[in-house]
Amino acid sequence: MSDIFPKWTNRLPLKIAIGAVLIGGALTAGTTYYFTPKYTRVGYQPIQPISFSHEIHAAQLGIDCRYCHNGVEKSWYSNIPAASTCMNCHNQVAKDSPKLELVRESALNGKLISWVQVHKTPDYVYFNHSVHVNRGVSCVKCHGQVNHAEEVRHEKPLSMTFCLECHRDPAKHLRDPKDVYNLDLKISDVEQEKMGTKFVHDWKVNASQNCSACHR
Amino acid sequence: MRYFLLGFVLLCVLVVSVAGFRGSTSRKPPIEVFPDMDRQLKLRPQTDASFFEDGRSSRLHVPGTVARGSHFEGTPFNTGLIPGTTNGVDVIPVPVTRQMMQRGQERFQISCLPCHGALGDGNGITKKYGMAVVANLHDARIVKLPDGEIFNVITYGRGLMGAYGSNVTVEDRWAIIAYVRALQRSRLASVNDVPAEMQSMFKK
Ligand code: HEC
Ligand code: HEC
Ligand code: HEC
Ligand code: HEC
Ligand code: HEC
Ligand code: HEC
Repeated sequence: MSDIFPKWTNRLPLKIAIGAVLIGGALTAGTTYYFTPKYTRVGYQPIQPISFSHEIHAAQLGIDCRYCHNGVEKSWYSNIPAASTCMNCHNQVAKDSPKLELVRESALNGKLISWVQVHKTPDYVYFNHSVHVNRGVSCVKCHGQVNHAEEVRHEKPLSMTFCLECHRDPAKHLRDPKDVYNLDLKISDVEQEKMGTKFVHDWKVNASQNCSACHR
Repeated sequence: MRYFLLGFVLLCVLVVSVAGFRGSTSRKPPIEVFPDMDRQLKLRPQTDASFFEDGRSSRLHVPGTVARGSHFEGTPFNTGLIPGTTNGVDVIPVPVTRQMMQRGQERFQISCLPCHGALGDGNGITKKYGMAVVANLHDARIVKLPDGEIFNVITYGRGLMGAYGSNVTVEDRWAIIAYVRALQRSRLASVNDVPAEMQSMFKK
């Protein structure tokens, strides 16, 4: 009788249990780590047709975001500027630069510049820039420090959790609307709390958590 | 068991070394894990659309049509011109309010400041980088330009200045003009513009 199950089988259940826990744990950890937007999106930095630098234009020259992205306060979509907007300066500045070949061509005969879109919510999500920027949510909250980017990079996950974290408690993020375009502004936590609470109260901010706000 | 543990550790190392960490730079478009309805058959603005011949999903203005909500009547407010002529109207065709002035300041600082400078004297930041001929808005000739003329400079550009008609709305153009006039006035003012009881402060 004693030979049917050798002695090592006594420890088998324990080993199977440990194995299952390890594999299960690794699968769960791996999935949350690798299959969520924090991994899949953050860090996306496509190669653009023109090496346009926000560092030069926004930080060094101090051009306001709205000089180029002039739809951001008015519509859901923050437009990429037309070639004519670039040419307003580049007809005199660096006007023969080979890097601007495509811009000149586009301004001349209307050829499209195929900028690669970096931030892109799924089509079943309704997002709107104007509600946010006109209520004191700065670009930096959702795009990171674009103004210092040589190339635009996807800095924030823009997942549903990300949106909801703010919608649950906007006071931690709101600032004076005139500072929305100042991406370098540093606000201490205490001051933020005070200011944010005041804005939420004064403007009756209601950042909806209803599914139908973002999925319409 | 030993082999299992070894294999397990190796597998983990392998996965991490192939897949890397969060936030590492990638040139490839993000993977959409459950792509079910992520991309639908609708056109997003400013994307390539092979449906149209010119490939633009944002359609250009069709000649002879007017977009909803946009201005179209040939009134001085919309064109800056005296009806039936090509002359600019002399003064802003709407009442100037404090609010409008503040709006004008904000818009001036967004759209005009890079070239004309905060003071409107033509010393914007771009001058350092080769923008040689930017007009000084305090120039006597420009001070005398009718408001409607400046409206048309903003809308269609002039000489080396490009058009801002598509970047600055009609209302904002008038607001900017009001602010430009205030800037000009600030340079042209004399002691006599100061209230009488305060004039002594400026006279030595
Ligand atoms: C307000 C004026 C202004 C506008 C508008 C502007 N730029 Fe520039 N741009 C500059 C200046 C100034 C430089 C720096 C030139 C230098 O370093 O000599 C520059 C540099 C560049 C360079 C690098 C050129 C080189 O040879 O190194 C590129 C590329 C460029 N801009 C692209 C663009 C594009 C694309 C747009 C439109 C979206 C644009 N710019 C709009 C002022 C402007
Ligand atoms: C001189 C014009 C100009 C100015 C000023 C400017 N941008 Fe941009 N921006 C562009 C162009 C052109 C692109 C598209 C090319 C790219 O992605 O690099 C772009 C792309 C972006 C994108 C990525 C869009 C996408 O594809 O997802 C963000 C975010 C952005 N800008 C934010 C800002 C913010 C915030 C500011 C103000 C600090 C700013 N921009 C100022 C011209 C400008
Ligand atoms: C509340 C978060 C949030 C804020 C604040 C925000 N953005 Fe965005 N931005 C997004 C999201 C989400 C997208 C992707 C939208 C889509 O699917 O097209 C995006 C896309 C963009 C794009 C690409 C074009 C587009 O609309 O899809 C540009 C350019 C841009 N943002 C510029 C800006 C600028 C400039 C500001 C500040 C004035 C700003 N954003 C503030 C979340 C934000
Ligand atoms: C940093 C804070 C913040 C983040 C991040 C943020 N929001 Fe918001 N959002 C707000 C605030 C504040 C309001 C309310 C504005 C108001 O009351 O006028 C709002 C309002 C909205 C509205 C309008 C709701 C309505 O009642 O019509 C939509 C839609 C929305 N957000 C979508 C999104 C989506 C999608 C994302 C993620 C990509 C997002 N938001 C991320 C702060 C944020
Ligand atoms: C503040 C805006 C917001 C609200 C409110 C919101 N969502 Fe979402 N939801 C999003 C965004 C953004 C995404 C896209 C996430 C992504 O692509 O990573 C999303 C994605 C989803 C998805 C698809 C997930 C996937 O990966 O396929 C489902 C399902 C969903 N939401 C259900 C809901 C339900 C149910 C509610 C109400 C309880 C809700 N959402 C409320 C913004 C919102
Ligand atoms: C990209 C740089 C640039 C920007 C931005 C710019 N301008 Fe100009 N502007 C110029 C240049 C260059 C001239 C000189 C044109 C010439 O004489 O050939 C000029 C000339 C003018 C003139 C004089 C026109 C005449 O009759 O001689 C006025 C008025 C003017 N600009 C107003 C504005 C206003 C208002 C704005 C803001 C909406 C603005 N400009 C933005 C570059 C710019």
